[in-house]
Amino acid sequence: MDIRKLKKHFPIVGGVLRRPVGAVKAVDGVSLVIKRGQWLGLVGESGCGKTTLAKTAVRLLKPTSGHIYFDVPDEVKAEIEELESLGRNNSKLKSLLKENDLATFSGSRVRLFRRNAQLVHQDPFTSLDPRAKIKNIVGEPLRIHRILSGQALETAVEELLHTVGVSTGQLNRYPHQFSGGQRQRIAIARALAMKPEFIAFDEPTSALDVSVQAQILNLLKELKSEFGLTYLYITHELLIAESVCDYIAVMYLGKVVEMAKPEEIFHTPRHPYSQSLIAATPVPDPERRVGRIVLPGEVPSPANPPPGCTFHPRCSRASQECRELEPPLELISENHYVACFHPL
Amino acid sequence: MKDLIRIKDLSVRFHTYEGIVHAIDDLELDIRQGETLGIVGETGSGKTMTALTILRLIPYPGKIESGSIIFLDTDRRREFDLLKLSEDKMRAIRGNKISMVFQEPGAALNPVYTIGDQISEVYLLHRRNELGHRAKQRVDNLLSDGGGPVASVKRPFWRWQRRLYNKISQESNPFEPRFLSHLPLFRRLLWRLKNEANLLAVDMLKDVEIPDAARVAIHYPHELSGGMKQRAVIAMALACSPDLLIADEPTTSLDVTIQAQMLELFRRIKTDRGASVLFITHNLGVASEVCDRVSVMYAGRNCEVASVKELFLHPSHPYTKALFDAVPMPGKELQTIPGELADPLNPPPGCRFHPRCPNAMPVCQQEKPKLKEISKDHMVTCHLF
Repeated sequence: MDIRKLKKHFPIVGGVLRRPVGAVKAVDGVSLVIKRGQWLGLVGESGCGKTTLAKTAVRLLKPTSGHIYFDVPDEVKAEIEELESLGRNNSKLKSLLKENDLATFSGSRVRLFRRNAQLVHQDPFTSLDPRAKIKNIVGEPLRIHRILSGQALETAVEELLHTVGVSTGQLNRYPHQFSGGQRQRIAIARALAMKPEFIAFDEPTSALDVSVQAQILNLLKELKSEFGLTYLYITHELLIAESVCDYIAVMYLGKVVEMAKPEEIFHTPRHPYSQSLIAATPVPDPERRVGRIVLPGEVPSPANPPPGCTFHPRCSRASQECRELEPPLELISENHYVACFHPL
Repeated sequence: MKDLIRIKDLSVRFHTYEGIVHAIDDLELDIRQGETLGIVGETGSGKTMTALTILRLIPYPGKIESGSIIFLDTDRRREFDLLKLSEDKMRAIRGNKISMVFQEPGAALNPVYTIGDQISEVYLLHRRNELGHRAKQRVDNLLSDGGGPVASVKRPFWRWQRRLYNKISQESNPFEPRFLSHLPLFRRLLWRLKNEANLLAVDMLKDVEIPDAARVAIHYPHELSGGMKQRAVIAMALACSPDLLIADEPTTSLDVTIQAQMLELFRRIKTDRGASVLFITHNLGVASEVCDRVSVMYAGRNCEVASVKELFLHPSHPYTKALFDAVPMPGKELQTIPGELADPLNPPPGCRFHPRCPNAMPVCQQEKPKLKEISKDHMVTCHLF
């Protein structure tokens, strides 16, 4: 999956005529590449647009602008870029976008795409219909896409539940009869039902206990190697991202500020925000107490982000340049991107 | 250091239609003066119940079946059992000697009162004498000042007010102000009390590092961010300089950077005020950052109590070890604990952890292990030791 300059703005309406008076820039120009078989971790604080990005990536939301390519050859992307640089009003460009760009898809084409991409939500206590039986919850995608029905559907559901480690004798139970960890397993089984290639996880373990969290993470690892899946994993806990992901992107206020391999992010972070985020993470080791950087202030509102680099009001290295210009995401060493004028 | 609170053989049960829930089972714990004691455990292990039992705020079907909670009153230098106090005396302790910070700051604050009003309520309840004294001094100043052209008219009124506030500052519940406070309109005559409480509240907000405290005090909770709300709740809990501050997962709903600010604040509270803190958390990282000693709880019992360094370097109880192995750390294989959390309705006999324990012995199924000291400041509830 290749996401280019993706923007998602939510309008703020006001007045009698409900005219838009502003916009919440939830995702503001994010470019990300998720390679096949990769486990990409997306890290950031609440309100930085992680969830919106995931929802837009699987097209539960329609992006304001930007492109989302899923399994599109590089030549086509290059051609689109070239045509775009010439001008917007181009019939060839339009047809190419219609063919390849997920952002322009609608209706049945989006539905077709969702056979390949699924989302697992944050809270397993609200993401499962309390009035539906487990077999209906897990089998729903198969029914909607009219792939299986009747007895075949039931066996498929049993098989899915078996893969995620829920005993198959519980098909006729309701979600409230399960514990948090088991519910999250059921939600994962539902996402697996379509045999997708890509799954986006939106903080799947934040509502769970440490020991259950470990079980779920191990399950995800097994599934990934078994089915050759590609993951977009959203979390606010850096330790999780560090221990399971192949590649990490750090987001701040709708923008990606740093992308690198987990070892690099954690040992040699280059963006001041990633550095303070790592320093602020409590580590279960009483001897590592020292050397904390406590960031002053709070995350500004995405409806009214500060000009220039959005991080400058809280940054210790901010200069005049940061207040005026927006730093681009640049490659500074192999596989390491940073959006900062004064990288560490 | 002396023990501020000693919990002995405490059992709390909930009598429900489905059976008896053993929320806390033979708990033994002591909190020393001036220390931060952490309670770590998974959901349903009885962390929050322990805190609520200390304050005697157990919700309805729950009952304290046995045990004692000995509390050392530092002002009067005497000890008493919190579980034997009358409800009136308990009310004088809650928010005054022992106060609590709840998990969700948004839910702990009343949405229809301003932050300042909610903090001053604590003073109006527990520090009436002090407020009366301050108000009296204010009226004294007015009287000695002479005042403007209308002062001669107001003077008799001020004298009456001084007498009123003097009474409040000396007696515990004087008749005249009490009578006035029941009358509509006339209760307004006591406005100086509220004014003084509000001023103290603003001071308190400054103390927890809220910028522009006077402005924040007139805001409603929904106008503040999560971190600010949590600071306000902490200010409310600290208002009466309690001997024990119970913090129930105070950073769970906050972001990492805000959490770091909050942990810094808790560390400062401990050094500046010398208060004991009971810090409940499920995050082992947070516990290692702020606590002096940590107690690990499982299914209503504590399996291990030790100083932070001792616990994190030499975890001894099989459950503690398993819990540490389940924490994601870079370059480490994630280990899981087999099985599920013990069912509180019919807990396994003997040691609660034995069905999941890799070192389970026959004795574990029959006998409940007792809390044993295995080295200095390190106690374990396990038959292995």
